[in-house]
Amino acid sequence: MFQGLSWNPVDDLQQMLAYPFMVNALEAGTIVAVMSGAAGWFMTLRRQTFAGHTLALIAFPGAAAAALAGVPAALGYFAFCGAGALVLARLAGSSRSYSTESAATGTLQAFALGLGFLFVSLYHGLLNGLDSLLFGTFLGITSGQVVALLAVAVVALALTALAARPLLFASLDPDVARASGVPVGLLGFGFLLVLGLAVAETSQITGALLVFALLVTPAATAQVLTPRPWLGIALSMGLALAVTWVGLTLAFFSVYPVGFYVTSLSFGVYVVVRIVRGAAVRRRLPRLVPGQAT
Amino acid sequence: MFAQEFMRNALIAGTFIGLACGLVGYFVVLRAQVFAGDALGHVAFTGALAAAVAGFDIRAGLFVATIGAGIVLGLLGERARADDVVIGSFFAWVLGLGVLFLSIFTTRSSAGNGTAGVRVLFGSIYGLSAGDVRTSVLLGLFASVLLLVIARPLLFASLDPLVAAAQGVRVGALGVLFLALLGLVAAQATQAVGALLLLGLIAAPAGAAHNLTTNPYRGLILATLFSVGSVWVGLTLSYVFPTLPPSTMVISTATALYVAAFLAAPAIASRR
Repeated sequence: MFQGLSWNPVDDLQQMLAYPFMVNALEAGTIVAVMSGAAGWFMTLRRQTFAGHTLALIAFPGAAAAALAGVPAALGYFAFCGAGALVLARLAGSSRSYSTESAATGTLQAFALGLGFLFVSLYHGLLNGLDSLLFGTFLGITSGQVVALLAVAVVALALTALAARPLLFASLDPDVARASGVPVGLLGFGFLLVLGLAVAETSQITGALLVFALLVTPAATAQVLTPRPWLGIALSMGLALAVTWVGLTLAFFSVYPVGFYVTSLSFGVYVVVRIVRGAAVRRRLPRLVPGQAT
Repeated sequence: MFAQEFMRNALIAGTFIGLACGLVGYFVVLRAQVFAGDALGHVAFTGALAAAVAGFDIRAGLFVATIGAGIVLGLLGERARADDVVIGSFFAWVLGLGVLFLSIFTTRSSAGNGTAGVRVLFGSIYGLSAGDVRTSVLLGLFASVLLLVIARPLLFASLDPLVAAAQGVRVGALGVLFLALLGLVAAQATQAVGALLLLGLIAAPAGAAHNLTTNPYRGLILATLFSVGSVWVGLTLSYVFPTLPPSTMVISTATALYVAAFLAAPAIASRR
């Protein structure tokens, strides 16, 4: 079907962009990467990785239920992720300690996955599509889906931008923020909803299991590189973008799935950054040791 | 129902898997390591598929991967527990590798084997042979007995690691041993409810027990009763309604128990 890689990168690029599905995939990937880069940065800052992972897995029964009911998959993704965010916010508000909260989150996650499997087995024709629900596909994205993704991303990013300053305050120091009149509980709930939207979008590209690759890893890398919020968010978005573009391109020219490339690239960048950063910190440390002759 | 051999096999294996999951789960929740349990489930998926691609027995891949990952997590120790971002990044990549193995496996083998990935992800308790059942029973018993042997020092080390260390309890070694044990149980539970759902069998009964009592021994007993009960009720339900997959019904029962315990908790607390 494809000619494979030649030695001329411009030719390769033209060959790839000649396919409409590839253009759609790149557009959708761009939207998703920008959004999950931003939402992921706040998620890692707020230490809600487990909640994010659970939301991501809730996307799977959403898509399966949509297929069963005969409605577009996107509707299922958004409905289930929104409901999941509601439940998670309720759990975070009412639980008595971190360990019982995480037990509740884990229960919710397993239950959602069980439901997904139930829907899939009720809808027999889907079994072949199970892999793509879980691990994503970039072949079937239509222009209509791209427009829908863009609309949701604009709304969610606008909400995040509006609430960014108080959200940052509430994430870093909830007690002081509450004392100075910031509605901490409401912000936490709103953030989980936005996170649910971001996850629902991302899972349409990477599948429910690999959302993490775009949500956590670029954000974690950005937080290793800089503590400054705006720069960190920009970095996180940029990394997610780069990983998505390169991953989609590699998947186009090979037989292996896009999820593998996206996860491996983002994890590779994270490891390299951690090692380089660690070496830099160690080189600076001796100067900080007190009592040393200077 | 008991006349069917696959049902007897499923019930016997399920009982011992539930026993081990309930006991280990109680400590997983107590030590706030649910996310680590989640991660081990994903490792199980990748390990099984890697073994399938390499042509080994799938179970060997499962046990090597989860016990190995449990030991690594344990050696990372305190840092690993605090930094769920590191765990998250790592396991996103492990899953990515799993996808790679899945695609290699399904393109290389004939179409009949295409469901191997689904079996690993969602379990196949009705497909257990008599030999599988014997292995499950032995491993379940082994894990449960080992856990009960270390239960007292582990409880001490989980609740107050500093004082326990001062008293001469080897907190670090216990933590590693516990996570290796969790890996063993995770690999075993993967065969019954699948890599994606095993977290429910570990977290839900134990979470319910934690909601109902603060007494550790009563909690351990309750968690075990809940998880074994979930397996029994779930298997019966899926036998009576054959369209419902067994792993979903087991997890749904465990979830229902958790919700009931969560709602009952305030009433019990006020009575104390």
